[in-house]
Amino acid sequence: MNDAIPTPLSVAPGLDAPLKGTLMAGKRGLVMGVANNHSLAWGIAAACAAQGAEVAFTYQGETLERRVRPLAASIGSDVLLPCDVTDEASMDAAFATIGEKWGKLDFLVHAIGFADKQFLRGRYLDTPREAFLQALDISCYSFVAVAQRAVPLMSPGGSLLTLSYIGAERVTPHYNVMGVAKAALEASVRYMAVDLGGAGIRVNAISAGPIKTLAASGIGDFRYILKWNQYNSPLKRNVTIEDVGGAGLYLLSDLASGVTGEVHHVDSGYHVVGMKSVDAPDIATV
Amino acid sequence: MSDTAEKVKKIVVEHLGVEESKVTTDASFIDDLGADSLDTVELVMAFEEAFAIEIPDDAAEKITTVKDAIDFIEKAKA
Repeated sequence: MNDAIPTPLSVAPGLDAPLKGTLMAGKRGLVMGVANNHSLAWGIAAACAAQGAEVAFTYQGETLERRVRPLAASIGSDVLLPCDVTDEASMDAAFATIGEKWGKLDFLVHAIGFADKQFLRGRYLDTPREAFLQALDISCYSFVAVAQRAVPLMSPGGSLLTLSYIGAERVTPHYNVMGVAKAALEASVRYMAVDLGGAGIRVNAISAGPIKTLAASGIGDFRYILKWNQYNSPLKRNVTIEDVGGAGLYLLSDLASGVTGEVHHVDSGYHVVGMKSVDAPDIATV
Repeated sequence: MSDTAEKVKKIVVEHLGVEESKVTTDASFIDDLGADSLDTVELVMAFEEAFAIEIPDDAAEKITTVKDAIDFIEKAKA
């Protein structure tokens, strides 16, 4: 081992702005779950828009509408719909509007999840039934529910994408019931890929590394988790919403025409690592 | 005004889109500056980013005014 402990600083360049092009020209997609300009779903929407896609958004409630509206406007989108994924009528109405306005849908981004913050710390074992059912309903079943409504608008080449996290595969601190919900979501991706493969519709997930978003603000010790990933991932840096946007663009575009049922890691390679890096500093307190 | 206070006020003005004159030291984010519950979470995230500090949940819940934010940040950076 080296005597001098190098500071693990990344030299691997990340995308800092969406790449412009025409990869998504003529495609129309619905992005569900943008909360603000730090949202992963926003990174994906912006990447698709920069490649010529027309993008519609859904939001839940006024506080989120206020945030999504200017973002939608910034990429020339004027289709902004309320949608509560726990309410069948609300979902029916949102997709009916998409059907009326566009008559078709080429892609859908599902970036929706929820667990009571109170249970995103401590032991998974202590999760009450109600919190479990709510987390699974909103974070997993909602993908199935929106797919049921999106698929009739899709043609061969259609693409569905959802977001996951490594906490679905392995235990990560505090992720608890959300990890279990994401595991169910990843399994749903595989089953739905089979159900829809015959129709030429692809279903994939991105398992993103930790990013400081509004959703992540509910997870305990998040700054520690970020540091851990930065020091121990192969690329020695955390991922950005532009990184996620680029991968999302690939999965939603025809570039990934042969890819379905996949959980694609966009995590600086962290998922291959089995042990703390020898040169990672002690970050017991950060 | 300290550098911290000035920086905090600038972040509040930018994030909430309010007049600079309204962002007094005693102003409450929700009651005086029209912030909603998500704004308060986003403001805390913006402070963490701008000052490279961590504001734990229990502390964040107590930051309801401009002064609360300045005090917490000055203490954290001291």
